[in-house]
Amino acid sequence: MSAFLTVDNLSAILDGSDHRVLRSVSFSIDTGEVLGLVGESGAGKSMIGKAVLGILPSAIRIVEGEIQLDGHNLTKMKSADRRRLIGATAALIPQDPLTALNPSRRIEPQITNRLVDILGWTKFDARVRALELLNEVHIDNPERVMASYPHELSGGMRQRVLIASAFAANPKLVVADEPTTALDVTVQKQILRLIRELQARHSTAMVFVTHDLGVVSKVCQRLAVLYGGMVVEKSTVPDFFEGPKHVYSRSLLAATPKYTDPDASLLPVDEGVIEQVAAQVRAADREWRP
Amino acid sequence: MNPDTKAPAEALFSVAGLEVALPDMAAKPAFGRAPMIQILKGIDLEITRGAVLGIVGGSGSGKSTFGRALLRLIEPSAGTIQFDGRDITHLDEDTLRPIRRRMQMIFQDPMSSLNPRRRVGAIIADPLSLHGFDAISRRVDDALDHVGLPRSFRQRYPHELSGGQRQRVGIARAIALEPEFILADEIVSGLDVSSQAQVLNVLGSLVKELGLTLAFISHDLSVIRRLCDQVMVLQRGVVAEYAETDRLFSAPQSDYTRELMDAIPLPDPNQANW
Repeated sequence: MSAFLTVDNLSAILDGSDHRVLRSVSFSIDTGEVLGLVGESGAGKSMIGKAVLGILPSAIRIVEGEIQLDGHNLTKMKSADRRRLIGATAALIPQDPLTALNPSRRIEPQITNRLVDILGWTKFDARVRALELLNEVHIDNPERVMASYPHELSGGMRQRVLIASAFAANPKLVVADEPTTALDVTVQKQILRLIRELQARHSTAMVFVTHDLGVVSKVCQRLAVLYGGMVVEKSTVPDFFEGPKHVYSRSLLAATPKYTDPDASLLPVDEGVIEQVAAQVRAADREWRP
Repeated sequence: MNPDTKAPAEALFSVAGLEVALPDMAAKPAFGRAPMIQILKGIDLEITRGAVLGIVGGSGSGKSTFGRALLRLIEPSAGTIQFDGRDITHLDEDTLRPIRRRMQMIFQDPMSSLNPRRRVGAIIADPLSLHGFDAISRRVDDALDHVGLPRSFRQRYPHELSGGQRQRVGIARAIALEPEFILADEIVSGLDVSSQAQVLNVLGSLVKELGLTLAFISHDLSVIRRLCDQVMVLQRGVVAEYAETDRLFSAPQSDYTRELMDAIPLPDPNQANW
């Protein structure tokens, strides 16, 4: 069986320069599988998520490689067809639950509009589905939440709404872009559990973008570590946490806070390691011809 | 050492029955005053000279409000705050000004707390001239040396620096004034893990070297464990637990502390309770 999402040798440049922001990125995800994309700021992890959803900023241009979604080659499709396909099969859980919701509209239309306008549901069906989903994300009083404005809800509630909204149209692929970074640790735990629960129940394929290896170890089966838009290591989660292979991944893991092991965590990343991985990126660029 | 039995003389801060209420703007009627919400509900605490105190709690627990009240950026509604033996609870701004130099703050977001239109040198020098220091140029160099940034960074603008470097500028600005007390409010939560460790190391060694007293607000218990001697756990404006760091981690007394600990996703796929 071929993977549900395959990204093959994907490179993107900043338009008007020959500076690559994604460097020959390859990975695949099966149905029901969660892949973590891990890296520090500027590593290109969100960029990959955006490329998959076809929402790259206009200044970023894909110059090489393919994205295969559910057997369709996105990079070769007409943009209207591509949008229709992605709209029907994929969804995003964004990072910041406050900016992702329109502050001047109630919650209900923000969940149902996509179902009605893009997928052609009736308003009634969309409303029923929205209520059902708010139940599914453990919101006690869905009617009241549907009638609320975003500012009337807490951060955790808003993120639940966005998760409900992402799963509304039964997507086969969900891209979660740092969905818990803005939340409190106790709320983060609830939200991560919720995402895991929905993902497992619907056998969704998932790209989970995060900088936090702790979070990866909780929700992902596999992960790819990125640096400078390049995948430096791919591994299964159990293998990775046994001992990462790449020196940069090892540093990243050693830098991750772990209160149970204060002497062997939160260690500064050695400049030599950064230099080493940066050299690897430069070497890849020298060999690369668009 | 049991924090409860320390002699009051060595306390830099003594806080007793501290209450803070702030107006709830979300519930404000179109006309008239906003109702007040009680944020801190009677906090007693002593911060020993030279101690590194960690303050943890979930969002809305009042940890930042507590820090701001300590620095008298907020006026408490009840209780007292003594700084170095002097009651500062209701001092007016003019009387506070000379004391302000002695208590400095490092902020969460280094981008919005550094003026984007001023160079690093000026950012560090401005508070020095405001407080009437001499030899300002030398002091700026010293501050940069202390935080491990090259002196040439005086000429740079904040946007030319990485997040970790910016946060070190924030530290340099605070220590340049030779304060006795520093409040660090979530100063590493916006940073990448690789620079988190660096900033914590810089701050940790400065505290020792300069004999500073530090209150370190964080939601991350791992970071607290690395840096702090004592920890105060706040829950909805009340102290849920106050203990020496080692004891807090080996035998947490409050359910809320345990809940916070359990909620931290450790880099370990086999962590219990997940």
